[in-house]
Amino acid sequence: MTSLPEHTEKSLGLVIDLDTCVGCHACVTACKGWNTENYGAPLADVDAYGADPVGSFLNRVHSYEVQPDNGPAQLFHFPKSCLHCADAPCVTVCPTGASYKRVEDGIVLVNEDACIGCGLCAWACPYGAREMDPAEQVMKKCTLCVDRIYNENLPEEDRLPACVRTCPAGARHFGDLADPDSAVSRLVAERGGIELMPEQGTAPVNRYLPPRARDAAPQTDVLAPWLEPVAEEPHGFLKWLDSALEKLG
Amino acid sequence: MHPAASIILFTTLSGAGFGMIAFLGLDVPAPRGWTAFADFALAYGLAGGGLLASVFHLGHPERALKALTQWRSSWLSREAWLAVLTLALAGLYAIGLVFFRTRIAPFGVPAGALALGTVFATSMIYMQMQSVPRWNHWSPPVVFLGYAVTAGALLTAETELALLFLPALMILQILAWTDQERRERTSDTTIATATGLGTRGTVRAFEPPHTGTNYLMNEMGFRIARKHALRLKAIALALAMVLPFLLIATSGNPFVVALAAASHILGTLVQRWLFFAEARHVVSLYYGR
Repeated sequence: MTSLPEHTEKSLGLVIDLDTCVGCHACVTACKGWNTENYGAPLADVDAYGADPVGSFLNRVHSYEVQPDNGPAQLFHFPKSCLHCADAPCVTVCPTGASYKRVEDGIVLVNEDACIGCGLCAWACPYGAREMDPAEQVMKKCTLCVDRIYNENLPEEDRLPACVRTCPAGARHFGDLADPDSAVSRLVAERGGIELMPEQGTAPVNRYLPPRARDAAPQTDVLAPWLEPVAEEPHGFLKWLDSALEKLG
Repeated sequence: MHPAASIILFTTLSGAGFGMIAFLGLDVPAPRGWTAFADFALAYGLAGGGLLASVFHLGHPERALKALTQWRSSWLSREAWLAVLTLALAGLYAIGLVFFRTRIAPFGVPAGALALGTVFATSMIYMQMQSVPRWNHWSPPVVFLGYAVTAGALLTAETELALLFLPALMILQILAWTDQERRERTSDTTIATATGLGTRGTVRAFEPPHTGTNYLMNEMGFRIARKHALRLKAIALALAMVLPFLLIATSGNPFVVALAAASHILGTLVQRWLFFAEARHVVSLYYGR
């Protein structure tokens, strides 16, 4: 049934640190690699080396510029994948029961054998977390690497989602967000982790750690004081030239 | 949203077909024998043709029957059930009218009600999408049902009713477009809430995740029709309401009524194209659109 469970034993999810992400796209590549070789239909590319390449990805990194009222603009890299919402609208719209949310850990998955490829779940998701595979014509989405995190054939340190395992900056964290004592929950509490689009009422599990406040330094560069002697008022020849040119009108 | 031809055809033709079944089920035009056969053949052609178009829009049409399983939670599944039940009951009802010239009201009335229920379920698929502010609005059920009953009246040549429905539908449609515009403009979801960075300053999409396009951008970020939206709205109103009204107001000739119905359906196709193409999904905020 595509009804949502009233309660899940765990709420596994990701915590993404916008302060730390350097926008290298390693998580995108690791995700595509793991999910092409393992669970479900491979993530296809069409016209990969041609003029108009397109393909399915479960994780993409956007970049946003934020212009504060005072001070210079800041740039943030913004990885986005399925947020494994508690009130996932993608699950309830599914007419076949292919989309479901697991009671034991809260992971939202697609049973690809039952997916008719109607695309309604992708429409229902406000985050753009679901993409139709261009070759298999079934809906693909982040599985939270369900085939890694419980996989006893892997060394223990690898039992993490591929994106988290590969992140060179440590910007991605994985854990149970329903447990207030878990490392991820403590991190969220400490850094004031936020939900994306809370007004959509989807109750996402994943959290984003907002960038820390920047130091309010008076200059943007340590060398700035030595770069200062730019004449505001011209002197000598330049002063004469300035006034002569003014007179010319 | 991507205005897929199959979905535009489906909502338009099935809407008209189910609108016809509603009229036939309630015995408003009261055909018997071969006239009834012709009416039901047209209604089944429209409703069934539309449904077939929608099935071929699926990535895996061979698994379409699985869509009947989730009626408890999914409007798409409910729509499938209602369509099947309507066509089954209307078939039994048609047998009575065509071969025995007898009206079996216990089949006809529920078939008519279920036909309207099917159109309602179709509209709810769109209305429930909180991710598409323009659809998450009172108008889809009202407008879809309005077009269905108007097409039903025209196709069953109930011109007196059609003369009432056409101006009413026109007012309703203009109201719906205006209020949908407002709904989209005043949506709570902005690039500020989408990124959670809005409290720090003005957020601007700086760089997309890739240089090419992707499924999400093709499916949700359709922009071409919006450029001509106003002209298309005028064309839709002219074809769907004004021209049919003028035609049936001046003549009761069956060919003129058929022409009016054809014009109405053509106008509905334009309206549906806009319904999809104009609707903006909130995911386009992530792409700075």
